[in-house]
Amino acid sequence: MSGIPHDHYEPKTGAEKWVESRLPIIGLMHATLTIPTPKNLNWMWIWGIVLTFCLALQIITGITLVMHYTPDTTLAFASVEHIMRDVNGGWALRYIHMNGASLFFIAVYFHIFRGLYYGSYKAPREITWIIGILIFLLMMGTAFMGYVLPWGQMSFWGATVITGLFGAIPVIGDDIQTWLLGGPAVDNATLTHFFSLHYLLPFVIAALVVVHIWAFHTTGNNNPTGVEVRRTSKAEAEADTLPFWPYFVIKDLFALVFILAFFAAVVGFMPNYLGHPDNYIEADALVTPAHIVPEWYFLPFYAMLRAITFDILFINSKLGGVIAMFGSIAILAIAPWLDTSRVRSGRYRPQFKIWFWILVVDFFVLMWCGAMPAEQPYVIISQLGTLYWFAYFLVILPLLGLIEKPLPQPDTIEEDFKAHYGDPNADAASSDYRPTPTAAAAE
Amino acid sequence: MLRRAISAFVTVAALVGAAPVLAAGGGGHVHDYRFSFEGPFGTFDQAQLQRGLQVYTEICSACHGLKFVAYRTLSDPGGPALPEDQMRAYAAQFEVFDPELDDFRTAAPPDHFPESALENAPDLSLMAKARAGFHGPLGTGISQFVNGMGGPEYIASMLTGFTGSESEQAGTLLYENEAYGGYMAMGPVFYGDDVEYADGTPATIEQQAQDVAAFLMWTAEPKMMARKSAGMTAVLFLVVLTVLLYFTNKKLWSPHKGKH
Repeated sequence: MSGIPHDHYEPKTGAEKWVESRLPIIGLMHATLTIPTPKNLNWMWIWGIVLTFCLALQIITGITLVMHYTPDTTLAFASVEHIMRDVNGGWALRYIHMNGASLFFIAVYFHIFRGLYYGSYKAPREITWIIGILIFLLMMGTAFMGYVLPWGQMSFWGATVITGLFGAIPVIGDDIQTWLLGGPAVDNATLTHFFSLHYLLPFVIAALVVVHIWAFHTTGNNNPTGVEVRRTSKAEAEADTLPFWPYFVIKDLFALVFILAFFAAVVGFMPNYLGHPDNYIEADALVTPAHIVPEWYFLPFYAMLRAITFDILFINSKLGGVIAMFGSIAILAIAPWLDTSRVRSGRYRPQFKIWFWILVVDFFVLMWCGAMPAEQPYVIISQLGTLYWFAYFLVILPLLGLIEKPLPQPDTIEEDFKAHYGDPNADAASSDYRPTPTAAAAE
Repeated sequence: MLRRAISAFVTVAALVGAAPVLAAGGGGHVHDYRFSFEGPFGTFDQAQLQRGLQVYTEICSACHGLKFVAYRTLSDPGGPALPEDQMRAYAAQFEVFDPELDDFRTAAPPDHFPESALENAPDLSLMAKARAGFHGPLGTGISQFVNGMGGPEYIASMLTGFTGSESEQAGTLLYENEAYGGYMAMGPVFYGDDVEYADGTPATIEQQAQDVAAFLMWTAEPKMMARKSAGMTAVLFLVVLTVLLYFTNKKLWSPHKGKH
């Protein structure tokens, strides 16, 4: 799979040879587990495993919840209460599923910002990055539709507001909105549409996750230095990398379990903290909640949607908001071509670092604005935040590559690793040295 | 990068925490009552839930329903935990419409409490969760996080928050309430000694309000005690596993790292 030189699977026993010649599945598993991984990966490289876990967790709890849930406007809310009260362990399933969505988004935001900081989107990993953005979009769609299913007040009014956005698209907008809703307004057909798609999309995400992993197993992982693994010889590659199993599997598991301890505390002690109380009121088409607020993970993008309060030429403010919201994500996808710097990792880009951290702060400011009512000063703050978001990608990234003077990068990953963790065998002069336990573990 | 992310987060959290505390919700004042079920170790006070059930039955149920709550759950552990005969006797006070008989019959344990008797009165099953939102300061929800301010506080504050001022609008009499932050359709229901508690607790307005608020927290979250104990077990298990994996990871990597 990987272009990094390493040992490949050789079937030894007769049974292995029999299977491998018909379906090379053992070889595939072997290649996946032993893939050479840059040994200097830091703790920001653990979010992939957290995300994979979240997807599995959501699919498993979701399939179980479906066994007790009824997608009908007259029964949906009561069926969720039935799960909470009558189904054995139903409260746990539902609270895990509900908060699992939040963990999923916390992880994906860390994962995306890690990619932005260390330049993981740059050549040759553009396809990995774009697949990732597609997964993120599907996650947003899935989470949004899932939030509608309990048929609470925020479910109903959130669905009304968000599907209303599609009505802003010129010419075909109204038809798209009707098609999404299954009728002129949010009603039973909307609920059944969203239920069906909420069940389908996670499997599409799972398929894209396989493609995402396939893509970066082809290019190899990025790493904190942004310097590529040496591929000229197997010995050099082995000095830069360690096999995924057991080194990164155990490291990732440690991080995952550490994070899950916090997750268990949220589910156990404050499961409703991240939700909106209004969703414990059954949907009522005649009563509009005072503030219609999406889930926390949509807030930065919701703020950008609401920031466009003015018409731009023939684009009215509503359509402008929709363009800003989707554009803010679409622009991530073209980041590989907007960033002109030849240095991959932000670690060696002194000016980039400043702009990057402003972007992170901007993200939180927008999140806060999204939760606040659409009035001053939040509108002007949202507008400035939106402006910075787009300026970062459209102006700062292209210009910075031309004017910035990067710091010297290490020649190899091995050099960076030794600088951080010391040399386990300082006597060995050769950089090709490889400690024996690795060889044993790689078997 | 991780260290920087954490320090950035701490800075943001500190800034948010330092901001002045604003009035909760829509301008109404909610008193931060202390309830036995707050915090990770908090449990329901069984006697209080039973008193709250009495207040609900004798006063609130005149208008408000509890349609998601089954009578049988009154005997469940982690709730009012009525003895089974008492629970059956309680259910037998009510009549439910049975579509199979096409007639009313005496309620049995699996039946649910009735829906609201008064058309405009909201069902109270989930009220303690539906009124949990206090988003100050600055919309961050920090006060709910720190003080555990939630629905029961709102319910107790609302029940004790009538100022006595009334206003007639379009032929309807409305009552001013501090917790609600304006005039509301429901009027004061407690005047003191509205119920007679079997355990001899003085039935003050405050006492009755807090008891029924606690009871409604239970109707909204009947599995709270099971959830907290499962949460505690899960956290302890995961902490132990984290420690074990930490040392496993350290030992695994040590041949590749020098002493630093």
